[in-house]
Amino acid sequence: MKGILSNPLLAQGFWMPVKGSSMAGEVDWIFQFILWVALFFFVLVVGIMAVFVMRYRRRPGVEPEESPSHNTKLEIVWSVIPIILVMIMFYAGFKTYLGMETPPRSSHEVQVVGQKWQWTFIYPNGYSDPVLHLPIDEPVQLLMRSDDVIHSFFVPAFRVKKDVVPGRFTKAWFEPNLAGVFPVYCAEYCGTGHSDMTTAVVVHEPGGFEEWMATAANLYADLPPAEAGKMLYAAKGCTACHSIDGTKMVGPSFKSVFGKTETMKSGENITVDENYLRESIYNPQVKVLEGYEPVMPTYQGTINDEELGYIIEFIKSLAE
Amino acid sequence: MSEHSKNLAHHFSNTEQQFESGKLGMWLFLATEILLFGGLFAAYAVYRANHPEIFAYAHQYLDRNLGALNTVVLICSSFTMAWGVRMAQLGKQKQLLWSLMLTLVLAIAFLGVKGVEYESKWKHGLLWGKNYNPVEHVEAAPAHGIVGEAAPVDPPEVPTGENASLIAPAQTGPAGLAHTSGEAAKAHEEAPDNVHIFFGIYFLMTGLHGLHVLIGMGLILWIFARSYWGHFGPDYYTPVDLVGLYWHLVDLIWIFLFPLLYLIR
Amino acid sequence: MSNYLNHTSGWKSWVFTLDHKRIGIMYLVAILSSFLLGGIFAMLIRTELLSPGQTIMDADTYNRTFTLHGAIMIFLFIIPSIPAALGNFVLPVMLGAKDVAFPRLNLMSFWLYCFGAVFAVFSLVTKAVDTGWTFYTPYSTTTSASVISMTLGAVILGFSSIFTGLNFVVTIHKLRPKWMTFFKMPLFLWSLYATSIIQILATPVLGITLLLLIAERTMGIGIFDPGLGGDPVLYQHFFWFYSHPAVYIMILPAMGIVSELISVFSRKTIFGYRAIAYSSVAIALFGFFVWGHHMFTSGQSTLANMIFSLLTFSVSIPSAIKVFNWLATLYKGSISLAAPMLYALMFIFLFAIGGLTGLFLGTLATDVHLHDTYFVVAHFHYVMFGGTMIAFLGGLHYWWPKMFGKMYSEKLAALAAALIFVGFNMTFFTQFVMGTRGMPRRYYNYPEEFTTAHQISSIGSYIMGLGFVLIASYLVYSLMWGKKAPGNPWGAATLEWSHCPSPPPHDNFAEVPSQDTDPYDYSIVKYDEESDSYHLA
Repeated sequence: MKGILSNPLLAQGFWMPVKGSSMAGEVDWIFQFILWVALFFFVLVVGIMAVFVMRYRRRPGVEPEESPSHNTKLEIVWSVIPIILVMIMFYAGFKTYLGMETPPRSSHEVQVVGQKWQWTFIYPNGYSDPVLHLPIDEPVQLLMRSDDVIHSFFVPAFRVKKDVVPGRFTKAWFEPNLAGVFPVYCAEYCGTGHSDMTTAVVVHEPGGFEEWMATAANLYADLPPAEAGKMLYAAKGCTACHSIDGTKMVGPSFKSVFGKTETMKSGENITVDENYLRESIYNPQVKVLEGYEPVMPTYQGTINDEELGYIIEFIKSLAE
Repeated sequence: MSEHSKNLAHHFSNTEQQFESGKLGMWLFLATEILLFGGLFAAYAVYRANHPEIFAYAHQYLDRNLGALNTVVLICSSFTMAWGVRMAQLGKQKQLLWSLMLTLVLAIAFLGVKGVEYESKWKHGLLWGKNYNPVEHVEAAPAHGIVGEAAPVDPPEVPTGENASLIAPAQTGPAGLAHTSGEAAKAHEEAPDNVHIFFGIYFLMTGLHGLHVLIGMGLILWIFARSYWGHFGPDYYTPVDLVGLYWHLVDLIWIFLFPLLYLIR
Repeated sequence: MSNYLNHTSGWKSWVFTLDHKRIGIMYLVAILSSFLLGGIFAMLIRTELLSPGQTIMDADTYNRTFTLHGAIMIFLFIIPSIPAALGNFVLPVMLGAKDVAFPRLNLMSFWLYCFGAVFAVFSLVTKAVDTGWTFYTPYSTTTSASVISMTLGAVILGFSSIFTGLNFVVTIHKLRPKWMTFFKMPLFLWSLYATSIIQILATPVLGITLLLLIAERTMGIGIFDPGLGGDPVLYQHFFWFYSHPAVYIMILPAMGIVSELISVFSRKTIFGYRAIAYSSVAIALFGFFVWGHHMFTSGQSTLANMIFSLLTFSVSIPSAIKVFNWLATLYKGSISLAAPMLYALMFIFLFAIGGLTGLFLGTLATDVHLHDTYFVVAHFHYVMFGGTMIAFLGGLHYWWPKMFGKMYSEKLAALAAALIFVGFNMTFFTQFVMGTRGMPRRYYNYPEEFTTAHQISSIGSYIMGLGFVLIASYLVYSLMWGKKAPGNPWGAATLEWSHCPSPPPHDNFAEVPSQDTDPYDYSIVKYDEESDSYHLA
């Protein structure tokens, strides 16, 4: 994590970090505008003060000259000019803020869960990751919730910050337009690990995100097929109806079922093989074992071909 | 500082200045009291605006009659207090003592009625937050004055008493009870979530008010003793006047609390 | 000669005193002790941050340290510093009164302060609070630390603060001499008046908020607990409804002191008296409607954010007006660079930075980025320390001869002021840069890239610490061996200098002074070389 946080890209500029999102330019422009106005007034105030202090230093025995105790014109001028300037600041800040609060319709959504002391990002396909991966130049909306106390999702490079509050959803959106790795902080104090509640957002070049998602979402590719199948057996909810120790539940047990010849409700005898398993998962009502009710829903669409293969391998490993 | 023999403190130039200062100080103090309650009124407003259904549902469990009775009791006590101030002004010590005594009795009556109300809430588990744990029969038939009528029924006699353990955690509120009888289930469906919020606010507001009544009683007792010792007369009655102001404020706050909590629909 | 210090003796004559001057001195000792404690915590924080990860303490200890630093500095030091310590001493004398309107209430306010302080510090020895001084729910309702003791302490301190404010308002209204109209009052009194109004109106809300928090922790009342259907953000609204006006409780009296100092040490009537007086009241009023700007990123509605942003800018104008008025007062003056004036000029420099950086935070778009970063930490230290603390030091140096009848070393005072100026800017200017670059506040561990900035900041804080040690040394030295102070060493025209010896007698004035002139009309006091003092002409 240290490597990510000391990203060399962040070393640019004296005040603001690198501009990583579509909003950053606008925010920085307002920052620069206020900075110059502030600098002007600071130099003015301190300059006048220094000149007066040097020029009108006390000389023993010399009383100060007469000078006015008020001057309505002058006082109106130095009240009205600041009013105009701060109203410009207000308007500019509000206008940009409106944009920062209004996500485009085309935004895709990522769910964010904050908890002591880690971030979890959940993608539309259900895959979750502790690091936020995003495609470049595509607006994303974060739907955020907290499981415990208040956190705050903060990406300096995107000029984005929003509290993550328990008991409700908060939203933030941005459009990353610079590929790279940027730090994510928790900006609302949340206890012992507050300063370690950091992660990164990885903005991928065009095509890179899909590629990452394909491999990352495919958790099971590196495992032995039967092991992957065992994980899916748990993850897809098979455990609710099918035991692996021979116990009869709502559905038949997976133990030693593969290769066996079973009697169907229709009276037909079928040997349990790969194709039968495939059919029973995708079209479970067609061939139902004698002694069981046809209650299993189809898993077409929730278990893909690849996952199906792993599950079949798992059931095969339970034979003998 | 010999206030007893000579009631003018050394840093004031005359008694009028001293009296005026005391009065202004008391008014400012009353302003802080109003703001103290103001925080609770704000919490009330926020929750009532966001969850009107909680208030509409839960207020039925408060006893309007007892609330109205207490309002009358407090208004009477304000009257006796004002009478006491007038008597102090006129130097009628005996009437002053009587009116203070009467005010005290009324204050005790107020707290007594409040105690009866609290006790029945306690008995029926109509409490705040985590302790909100309503007893079945109250849930089944919400009606005005039900608390008073239901009070004689002892909880063990309630046939569904053993079901009390089935009560869902506070988040889901009374809905967790909805298995026993058809009629009860109907009533429970109407019960919104988080009813305990109302009782939390109810106990905070009336509790803080009750605390003020207690403090007021202490103050009245104090000026009662002082007038018994003959400290007050037409030329010095500032403490009586100031305690009177305080007592009227306590009364006034109740006049706001009563409709806000008891008379929602 | 009999004065308030030697009028009576023995510890009882202090502990049960009803003399506003003695109460002021006791307050001074108490708040300076608190400042020492808070300052030690500050040094510990800066030392821990010398390197990322663990330097001298673990994360939990660090969290407790910054919480105690904040809570002690805010509740025990800054809020009572100028009003309760300096104000208590000066207000009745400036007003030509013998005491505040309610001396016993004043004493009670002091003992409540001590009582509240004991509660707050008690949480130190038990399980120190780790919530940050803001006590945000639901963290504060779920942590195992002794939040109740600390919040109860803060409630008690709140009552102390209310009683002081109430006392001041009544005193100013009822104990003024007939000739002193509101517009003949010194500006310090105007600012104390405005401050007192805020104390009276805002502090009760803090009281009820913290009581609700205590109810939440002890009884599980559920108002702020999302698990029970409550709203944790409601707590923030309640808290900032007090705590934002509290910022003006801290800064307004400081502005009052600076108005006095700039005028006295330029020997010129203050420019735009009415504008300064009205702007104090305006700040006090506007200050009540801007609390939402602490919550721009909390998820509150866009409309609310817009309104709070707009109102926030409205508070910046009266502050700007004051600064311009002070500058205009210097014009064609006869400027003496005595220690109090050094602090007044330093105030203008630092407060200008503090105020101008507030513009970045009032602006919605930039605040989203800067909120809860070191930029905010730097901003409020420039206002609270660069503003209030520096003005407090200015006031302390200004009224020190009046309080104790002793002069301190001007040379050492100038050196200490320079150390604090350099150290302060090193400590906190770096934090602006860290903040814009994304360093979040309340971080125990931090990314490597911030190491250098943190180290500069820490070294600055040590320099500042040195400055304070120096101040403490020469002030204590002056008490023992300092030159005797004349009645009016600065040539001021307000009553505490023009009509009252140093130190003042027990009753301040034998009779109500009649000096029916403008408080900044210096033609009435003339310098006398023989006594090295100014006297009424």
